[in-house]
Amino acid sequence: MSTPNYFEFFSLPRKLNVDTAALEKAFYAQSRKLHPDRFASKPVAEQEAALVQASQLNDAYRTLKEPIARTEYLLSLEGVQMEEQSRAATDAARASNTEKKQVAPPELLEEAFELNMQLEEMRMNKKTGEDDPQLAKDLNAAKANFEGMLAASQAELESLWNAWDAALDADNSVAKTAAKDRMVALLNRRSYIRNLVRDVNEALE
Amino acid sequence: MAQERIVGIDLGTTNSLVAFMQGAEPVVIPGEDGVNLVPSVVAVRGDEISVGNAARATLLQSPADAVYSAKRLMGRDLTDVQEELKLFPFQLADGLKAGEVLRLKLGGREFTPPEISAHILQQLKKNAERFFGAPVTKAVVTVPAYFNDAQRQATKDAGRIAGLEIVRLVNEPTAAALAYGLDKKRDGLIAVYDFGGGTFDVSILKLHEGIFEVIATNGDTHLGGDDIDNFLLGIAFADIAGDLKVDVRADGKILQALRKSVIEAKIALSTEPSAKLAVTLPDGQKYLREITREQFEQLAAPVIARTSAPCRQALKDAGLAADKIDEVVLVGGSTRIPAVRALVDDVFALSARGKEPHTELNPDEVVALGAAVQADILAGGSAVTEELLLLDVTPLSLGIEALGGVVAKIIARNSTIPASATEHFTTGVDGQTNVAIHVVQGERELAADCRSLARFDLKNIPPMTAGIPRIEVKFLIDANGILHVSAREQRSGQEAEIDVKPTYGLTDEQVETMILASFDHAEEDITNRQLIEARNEAETIIAAVEKGSGHPAWQQLTPEEFDAIADARQKLDAAKKGTDHKAIRDAISVLDQATRRFAELMMDSAVSSALKGQTMTAAGDTLGAGPTAPHPFAPAQFEESKKK
Repeated sequence: MSTPNYFEFFSLPRKLNVDTAALEKAFYAQSRKLHPDRFASKPVAEQEAALVQASQLNDAYRTLKEPIARTEYLLSLEGVQMEEQSRAATDAARASNTEKKQVAPPELLEEAFELNMQLEEMRMNKKTGEDDPQLAKDLNAAKANFEGMLAASQAELESLWNAWDAALDADNSVAKTAAKDRMVALLNRRSYIRNLVRDVNEALE
Repeated sequence: MAQERIVGIDLGTTNSLVAFMQGAEPVVIPGEDGVNLVPSVVAVRGDEISVGNAARATLLQSPADAVYSAKRLMGRDLTDVQEELKLFPFQLADGLKAGEVLRLKLGGREFTPPEISAHILQQLKKNAERFFGAPVTKAVVTVPAYFNDAQRQATKDAGRIAGLEIVRLVNEPTAAALAYGLDKKRDGLIAVYDFGGGTFDVSILKLHEGIFEVIATNGDTHLGGDDIDNFLLGIAFADIAGDLKVDVRADGKILQALRKSVIEAKIALSTEPSAKLAVTLPDGQKYLREITREQFEQLAAPVIARTSAPCRQALKDAGLAADKIDEVVLVGGSTRIPAVRALVDDVFALSARGKEPHTELNPDEVVALGAAVQADILAGGSAVTEELLLLDVTPLSLGIEALGGVVAKIIARNSTIPASATEHFTTGVDGQTNVAIHVVQGERELAADCRSLARFDLKNIPPMTAGIPRIEVKFLIDANGILHVSAREQRSGQEAEIDVKPTYGLTDEQVETMILASFDHAEEDITNRQLIEARNEAETIIAAVEKGSGHPAWQQLTPEEFDAIADARQKLDAAKKGTDHKAIRDAISVLDQATRRFAELMMDSAVSSALKGQTMTAAGDTLGAGPTAPHPFAPAQFEESKKK
């Protein structure tokens, strides 16, 4: 007996546009049937089966209702491995001297380079106790710029969803692969930018 | 089969209560003295152990023989409680090590915090049994939403030690939301602000047609009214040391008398503009100090201010601005303080929007009442509760310590529970048969900065070349917020044996040795009750199997499975006619195992038949038909706040 994937759990096709209001309704309805509280006076075997099913339901809902999680999940179902972007993974890789795939988007390299210089200066200032209001202003401006990019990428993501859904309907594997590749690039870009924003926030604390 | 009552218990830092669903309303069960609140104080005099008001008297006369606020010690070790030790007269046993469960010296004996809590639970159990004139063995017990795994386990252990099966741990703010019986027809966003004696929780919930869905929760398990008391005590100490040249801290009795005075003054200042601290010292000198509400608020300000950040974080996690919250519910005695109400008003922009927080239910009792409602739901539900469902969350992220001491998060905070995650591990050395996993809870990046939950040893891995074994480890956080782990080596299909070393906790063996002798029950009574319970369980599973045999999934069983089930059932029928409760339990277990796959088949078919051939919306409509009964226990109606 194999575990249904999250789309199957809600009887949905592997499409990225999801009616979240309907999803919530189905989630509530399913919860009423599957929640462990409904099985509290039932035999242990039923309770345990309910526990597993309920956790699948919750995992599925949590993943499908959030746009990025949903996209990443679909990509993983389609066999795509996302490179772990977290600071933790970067540090761990550095600590164990392993190679980490370079995922800095080429179009951002220059801005990233300049930002890193500014951050370094900010960190030095902190150590020496110097205060540079212009630098803080510049960093805030850079942050606003990146946050703007993140907002814009949401619109881009949605258009890629449409591309994927259409390719799926037309059963066009070339178009599917193209959509997938573009989504991976977009998600990597988003991760990268988010890390930059986080670095600025830390420096400005 | 007699429907055994499940009670609801609020095991509080300062006071504890037991309640049950009486018809359509939850009601608190009073003690023998007719009082609803049982102070969470335990006193030990030789063999005699007292709980509640009696113990509080001992606290004043003979402080070394009594303990209060033991909830602050649950699930914690020596290093965690250093701050507590400065402010509370806990007498720790000697030779305690970090990571070990604490032991307290009390009345010449030693007790762990779960044992102290067990005595309180046992007292509440007694009160309920006296009230019903019948045994009570099951309860829903509340815990702070922000309690971590170790603290929850300690609470469950306390239940076992007290001879009480805790069928569910419920988070205190969620219980309070339930008690408010917020009108099922009124959908909305609720914040529960729960400021008790020792812990602070804030939860944001979404209510929809009887479903109470927690969206986010935050808090501080080291923050409560006790901390305000300690500030005032500090002032008093300084006064007395300075003016009267006496070091009060050295004298337990004076300390407790002063504490009592401080608490009375604090309570008075919620309604009076000033109050007096008064205590007579052993040498006859009197300490008398007047304190105004203004001075009190200044002193308490830093403590009260600490509740602000968790509120903002919870709103952020929920993705909500404060002014999107429709209603705020106040829980816990400390919310009677005007300065606290002012902070809540500010954080949630209440009066700015013409709203007031809800205080219609007694803030000391509301959590126990909510626990009683949940108990009713779990007992099968009655007309008033059958449409209610709590969907709670885990408050802390769960992670595994990875290379370099860094945390790999596997379940995010505020994930609805039950929640699960699957991770894969392998070996680093040829022939390695054990893999160690360190699981932590918390939001920090380094494992050392998070809360150690347990170390799991996966044993009996078939020896292979390094990197070849593929060990699948399943992490499941259950509806109590407690973690369960199972592991399997995928290439060989072998279930790995898991040895759990809980940090800060008791092992199962230790709990077994601590189980308390029942109070007034003779040996035969205990056995009798165990026999009754075993027979009841037998009836339940036989009835379920009987019903199940009419289900289509029954046809999917193999002949071997049919035979195994029939055989197990026959054996159980025979066993339950006898008087050996252990034999009955064994027979139940065999039937349970034999029907496991069938149970799973039934579950699958329940889910798929529900949604077969329907669009998601249609399915939602069929399955989610809202309740039509008017809401039963909301003496609190939501009226638009009248402008003053």
